[in-house]
Amino acid sequence: MSAPPAPEPLIASGGFVLGCRTALTSVFAFVISFTYIGFGALCHDYGLSMGWAMLSTALQWAGPAQVILVTGLGPGTSLIETAVAVSLSSVRLLPIVVALMPVIRQESTRLWQLLVPVHFMAVSVWIETIRAAPRIARDQRIAFCNGVGLTLLSIGVVFTAVGYTIQALLPAVFAAGAMFMTPISFLVSTARNARLLLDKLALGLGLAIGPLMAYSKVDFDLLWTGIIAGTVAYGAHRLQRRWRPAS
Amino acid sequence: MSFAMEPYLALLLIGFLPSEAWRWLGMLVGRGLDENSEIILWVRAVATALVAAVVARITLFPPGALAAVPVEVRLAALGLGFLAFVIFRRSAFAGVIVGEAVLIGGAAALAQ
Repeated sequence: MSAPPAPEPLIASGGFVLGCRTALTSVFAFVISFTYIGFGALCHDYGLSMGWAMLSTALQWAGPAQVILVTGLGPGTSLIETAVAVSLSSVRLLPIVVALMPVIRQESTRLWQLLVPVHFMAVSVWIETIRAAPRIARDQRIAFCNGVGLTLLSIGVVFTAVGYTIQALLPAVFAAGAMFMTPISFLVSTARNARLLLDKLALGLGLAIGPLMAYSKVDFDLLWTGIIAGTVAYGAHRLQRRWRPAS
Repeated sequence: MSFAMEPYLALLLIGFLPSEAWRWLGMLVGRGLDENSEIILWVRAVATALVAAVVARITLFPPGALAAVPVEVRLAALGLGFLAFVIFRRSAFAGVIVGEAVLIGGAAALAQ
């Protein structure tokens, strides 16, 4: 057997504080501030209270779903339809949490210890945790995840209140810019994390198939895009391994 | 049903629960999986593709205020943001700032 490569120094303690620091210096601190200023202002526009807006950020913690809920609350819209739309827009949370679980849990981890990091889970927290996890000792990963999640969620709640308060001062184009934060940050941060052919193909195919699904008005277009593009990318990854078993 | 529900009840029932259910389900499904298993590789690919699908959906079928910005400006902002990310040594900050600058600049220029 050849000697394994020297392991990088593992971070063996202080996972929570490291998570907080990672969150504060990540692009998502900036992205989430602006996203939620926009969301707070939107809630003001729709006549909801500031407390409601902040609670929505703390409880839902999924930008697109929050916008769908606010714009779907008025009279004349079906509550069932709104609930389904909220749920479908958040379906990305399922594979993200599944992929994260084996990274953060240990044999001894109890189910209740996972409830908190799982609530924090969003694309931002997933990306930062997956990126940092190899450098962090396994028993510190839940704490790290909680640090990233609590910091970003707190930023979200605070800036929801800020946006609600300064709504009248915001230029008209601000709302569009705030809503665009989600796609542009998801795109570049996912691309940054994509090191394997598997990830690059999944990203590229998702961008190619997503519009086809959406334009064809297929039901569950996000879910189908994820399954089809993800499966094709995984298949290509297996083929690549067979051809080049060394890599 | 087409009445305005009490907002806090609505937040709980049609805001919190429909999103949180995915997190709980993911926790139950993912708890027993091995980090180096094949299924986890597939799940990761599906997650990445789903995030890409969200990018495409919001850019092409945007909600509210973003819909007022022409689709050409939205696509240019996404493309140039990505280009900036590549040019500036895979900096996510560069990508976000250039993308936003193109979107806001383009929208403001067209509104003149």
